[in-house]
Amino acid sequence: MGKEKAVKQKKFSLNSLPAYSKMVLMPVLVLALIAAPAVITNKYMLHIIILCSMYSCLALSLNMVIGWSGQFSLGHVTFYGMGAYLSTLLVRSLGINFFLATLTAMVIVGIFSALLCMPTLKLRGDYIALVTLGFGEVFRLFISNAVAITRGPMGIPNIPPPSIFGFEISGKTAYYYFVLILLICFTIFMVRFDNSGFGMSMMAVNEDDIAATSLGINPVKFKLWGFVMGGVMAALMGSFYSVYMGMIGPSSFDYGESIKMVSMVVLGGQGSIAGSILGAFLLAALPEALRAFSDYRMVIYGAAMVIMMIFRPEGIYGRNKRTRNLYKIKAMRGEKHGEGTAG
Amino acid sequence: MEHILNVKNLHVSYGVVPALRNISFHVDEGEIVALIGPNGAGKTTALHTISGLLKPKEGFILYEGRDISGIEAHKLVKESISQVPEGRGIFPILTVAENINLGAYLRKDKDGIRRDKEWVYNIFPRLKERMNQVGGTLSGGEQQMLAIARALMARPRLLLLDEPSMGLAPVIVEDIFKIIKKINKENGTTILLVEQNAQMALTASHRAYVIEVGEIVNEGCSKELKKDDRIQKAYLGI
Repeated sequence: MGKEKAVKQKKFSLNSLPAYSKMVLMPVLVLALIAAPAVITNKYMLHIIILCSMYSCLALSLNMVIGWSGQFSLGHVTFYGMGAYLSTLLVRSLGINFFLATLTAMVIVGIFSALLCMPTLKLRGDYIALVTLGFGEVFRLFISNAVAITRGPMGIPNIPPPSIFGFEISGKTAYYYFVLILLICFTIFMVRFDNSGFGMSMMAVNEDDIAATSLGINPVKFKLWGFVMGGVMAALMGSFYSVYMGMIGPSSFDYGESIKMVSMVVLGGQGSIAGSILGAFLLAALPEALRAFSDYRMVIYGAAMVIMMIFRPEGIYGRNKRTRNLYKIKAMRGEKHGEGTAG
Repeated sequence: MEHILNVKNLHVSYGVVPALRNISFHVDEGEIVALIGPNGAGKTTALHTISGLLKPKEGFILYEGRDISGIEAHKLVKESISQVPEGRGIFPILTVAENINLGAYLRKDKDGIRRDKEWVYNIFPRLKERMNQVGGTLSGGEQQMLAIARALMARPRLLLLDEPSMGLAPVIVEDIFKIIKKINKENGTTILLVEQNAQMALTASHRAYVIEVGEIVNEGCSKELKKDDRIQKAYLGI
């Protein structure tokens, strides 16, 4: 099903104007992103851009859980933090390469998130939020108190920079490219996922699980996969965070981080790829721009959420807007298919 | 003669509250059978138990001679039982074409799917016109048609319809029932339908069962039931 769709998409892009403009726009955008560090010489600016990109990836991973599989998770920091701690500890104790450690951490987090998802499968809405909130707290308490393993509140300092093919990733510019590659990979993955049969089935389960069941879709499977994929993606970002910051501690993975990610997803729009990135850039950059009012950061987040919920519950670039855009394309594809059948 | 669906002494309860008490009925191949009765009688419960969404406390559900009462709902579609959920469970953010594609979720035979798509669009020309429209923007009747069309894409031998007339204008209800009859006649699909609209259900079906408070109180040929005194008073308002 996915293959067939991809082929059709290709056909479609050759015959239509919007896709042409995309084909021109995309390389320009990519070139601009590649050239950015040459233009932005201010290290602090670059740091903020790296953080924004990192949060974009995190928001995308959480959107997989909230927007696609429809489970309102308030404990996403669990997987993010687990990724950070696991990869760091694996590098420290076994001395293996950072990337290998990251992969291992992702696998472990994947298994763990599947286990954590089990008890929430039967739950709905607010209850999922409460249970996942519990995960986050349990995780934070664990890393604060398991001093023998995690050094507790002291955190783990001096995390060595990763190296790949003898090249050591250090300095803001290198990390900028690192996170840029991650963000591009995440975005491509999410777009492909969204257009695949798998993504559509997950969306169907999210929309109406009884109707999905009546078509032979197993709702449990898709809810589980949504949770696991989101968790694994967050673990990857946690791993990135640990080497970028050079130190991790329980305070980096508290409840506030989960709320931050949820705010990004809700503000940007649930089930929207562009929305997640937009929300992350807004909410990660805004506090830096408003440094003078840093005490009121949470107030600003809260107010933004309330205002959004009242005036635009679907988010800045939410599903409503997205459906119109996306489904125009999809519908045209459908029409093409229809013609093919008739002829 | 073996029945395609044979429900025997079915007991279902929600927690401690019994919803169905000792219900038995059967459906033969190629028939349209209606379960009629008032609100809260247990009609939908019966349907959900057959389609695997609920587990019976006691009793059997034999489909082609095999007990299917333990099978999970999503696996039953493979056994060629399709349910059209109550309140037209379509996917409002997907287009009509996508909704219909999803109906063939478990099928792999591309040619067969294409043929069935054409057939379905033939039965519901309205849906073909609105192929590219998002499901949520259809009218109630069209949504019901879409739900039925989607269920047909799974090529069911037994189609379970849950209140197809719910919330629709009488003219549309008539259309829907005409189509149900047509599907049954042309394709030989066996249909079990649950309805509050007894008038329509008895007109369209071959046989019917009357459920009241979790028990079957009357059964028989639809034409005869329509003439039955008690049923006329209670359900047909004559």
